[in-house]
This record gives sequence, structure tokens and C-alpha cells, in this order.
Amino acid sequence: MSHLLREHAPITEATWAEIDEEARERLVPMLAARKLVDFAGPHGWEHSATNLGRTAPLGSTPFEGVTARQRRVLPVVELWAPFALSREELRDADRGAADVEYGPLDEAARRIALAENRAIFHGWEAAGITGIAQASTHAPIPLGEVCSRYPRHVASAVEALLRVGVDGPYGLALGPAAYTRVLETSEHGGYPLLEHLRKILGGPLVWAPGVDGAVVVSERGGDFLFESGDDLSVGYEAHDTEQVQLYLLESFTFRVATPEAAVALTP
Amino acid sequence: MGFDQYHEPPDELPDETRTFARLCASLTEEAEAIGWYAQRIAIEKDHEARAIMLDAQGEEFKHFAMDLEFLLRRTPLWREIAQGILFQSGDIVEHGEEAEEGAVEDAAARGEPLAGSVSLGIGGLRGAAS
Repeated sequence: MSHLLREHAPITEATWAEIDEEARERLVPMLAARKLVDFAGPHGWEHSATNLGRTAPLGSTPFEGVTARQRRVLPVVELWAPFALSREELRDADRGAADVEYGPLDEAARRIALAENRAIFHGWEAAGITGIAQASTHAPIPLGEVCSRYPRHVASAVEALLRVGVDGPYGLALGPAAYTRVLETSEHGGYPLLEHLRKILGGPLVWAPGVDGAVVVSERGGDFLFESGDDLSVGYEAHDTEQVQLYLLESFTFRVATPEAAVALTP
Repeated sequence: MGFDQYHEPPDELPDETRTFARLCASLTEEAEAIGWYAQRIAIEKDHEARAIMLDAQGEEFKHFAMDLEFLLRRTPLWREIAQGILFQSGDIVEHGEEAEEGAVEDAAARGEPLAGSVSLGIGGLRGAAS
């Protein structure tokens, strides 16, 4: 039995499959960071830390005449997003209902996806994670709301990366507000702005909920490292006669190996 | 009629697992037949009878290869390991070790769920964005 305790839930195998599929469908479009960074793992629930290959000196030793250093690791963090589903709705799912109310699951998927995106792009101090935008060694470029200037801003970011020898292709994580503006905009002659930006980047342009402004990143690989312990899963917490308490869960670490491989575009 | 290819109650198995098990059983039978013909041919003195059995064994080679190709198409990890071993010259055991290690590591790099995991299997999404 896994730590998710799914066998204890009053949920049939067919409905578990439906819940998992609903979760996948909601999560994949929102998991913007995973579309741009290196992914390693999953290494399993027991995986507790990422080796940083670095040490810190220890001031004291158990006996004179020796020196000591302590290995540094990045501890794995767990993200939990609890939600409850109505048992009546789940019974209807078993009867073959096509319009089962999975609203609480959808909302939990949104919360955990946003938490993951924000941790990766903007950092999570309490967890020891420095975000891509935070880590960048380049001066941030103000993005603003005037779409006609976006190609110039993105080209400036690409040029900044090239200047320090960071190869492309490049990807762009665009916060929802900026993404919508880009989608709605055509340039002179009706050429979509989206296509123009893609040509500058040579890589993907990603809708990134949780991102403030935008971030241009190199897609050459090896610069931004997401290490998964247990990948996103749905687990069981408890139930009563009315509801089943479930949760979405994942464990991971994230680190920036090359701070100069990204440029933040502030809102 | 026997149902020896199943080790679990067939009613509880998904259709694709039952098909997979049938082809595994078929692959075993073809391999057995190839071995039986090899023994018969080895001791047969009559040239005409040997020719017939050689022809029949050729049929079994074909059946075995078709079964194997079907199973490999349905099992990407098996296919990837087989690609590192089949039709290669050199040390077979060495190729086997390298192929297995490489294929398992590649699967992990793609974020494929660990065996027995009930995760959603989302993993890395590079290439999923336009």
C-alpha cells in the first residue's frame, strides 16, 4: 500500500481513474514551469534531498588535529492541496454520470500548479528555493502594457543572454495578463504578435499563471533543475457520510544552476 | 480449453493485458516449435523430410518475429532495451547491461512514473508548449 492510502477511500477503481484524469487535464495546461525547465525523477516519496555537491566548514571537531566540513543539500519540499468531493457525486460517477462536480478538485489543481510556478519563477524563501526571476543576474526589463513594444523587450532580453554567451533556443513564460494581450494583438498587416515573439525566441511561449510579468529563459538545458521526489498524485485523507477528503500532493526541489540564463520582464 | 497464459483472474484483467498475455504465450510456443524442429532436423536422415521440416521451421521463425515485434511495439521500455541488444555485434551481456541501464535512465529523465506508483504520471512537459 502506498503512502497515499487510496485503498482506504470509498471510491471505486473506475472513479479513481476518472479523478486522476480530471486532475491531469486541469494540471497540465497550468504547469508552466515544467514546460521550460529540466525535469529529473521522480525519485520516489522517500527521496528527501538534492545533493548540491558543496560543503560548509564546521567550527568545532570531536578531537583536536582534525578539520571538518559538512555536506550541503537542498531538502525536498512537499506541496499539499486538500479538497473534498461529495460522496453523492462520486456515486453518480459510478452510475455513469457525465457531468460530475469536480469543482473542488479543479480548484486544488489550480492552487498547487500556481504554487509550483511561483516557487520556480519567483522563489520560496522558507523552502530555500531561489526562483528564476530572482536569481537572474541581468537587470529586469519593464514589460508594461503596450503590446507593440513587447518584441523590442523580448529581443533585448535575448540579446542580454547572447552577450553573456547563453545560447538559445529561448522560451518565454508570460503571466496571464500579458499572455492575453499578446493573443489579442496583431501587428501591422495583421501578423500575429504571438508568431513574431516565437520567431525572436526560437522556442516556446508559455501561458504561465502565477508569473508576474514575464521571464525569458534559455532552453539549451542544464540551467534550471526541477527534481521530483513523488510526482503529482491524488491521495486519501478521510471520509464521512457526506464527503471524501482527498488531496493533491507532490514533493520536489528546484535550483538555478546558471543565474545568467534568464531575464525577468517586470509587469 | 486452457487459460494457462493468465496468472490472475482473466475477468479482472484489462483487454490489452489479456491480448499481451496471449501474444507472450504465442511467442513461447513459436520458440518451442523452433527448438523441436532443430532437434528433429538434427537426427533426420531422409533429405526430403529434412527439407520439409526446414521449411516448417522457417515459418516458425517468421511467427516468432511477428509476435516479438507486436510485443515490442506495445512495450516502449522493452523495445528500447531490445534495440540496444538485437542485431548488434560484440558482447551480448555487455550490450544488455548498457541497454537496460540507458533505457531505465531515459524513462526516468522523461518523468515516467516509478513502477508501482499511482502518480498522475505528468513528469516533465518540455515539448508540450507551442
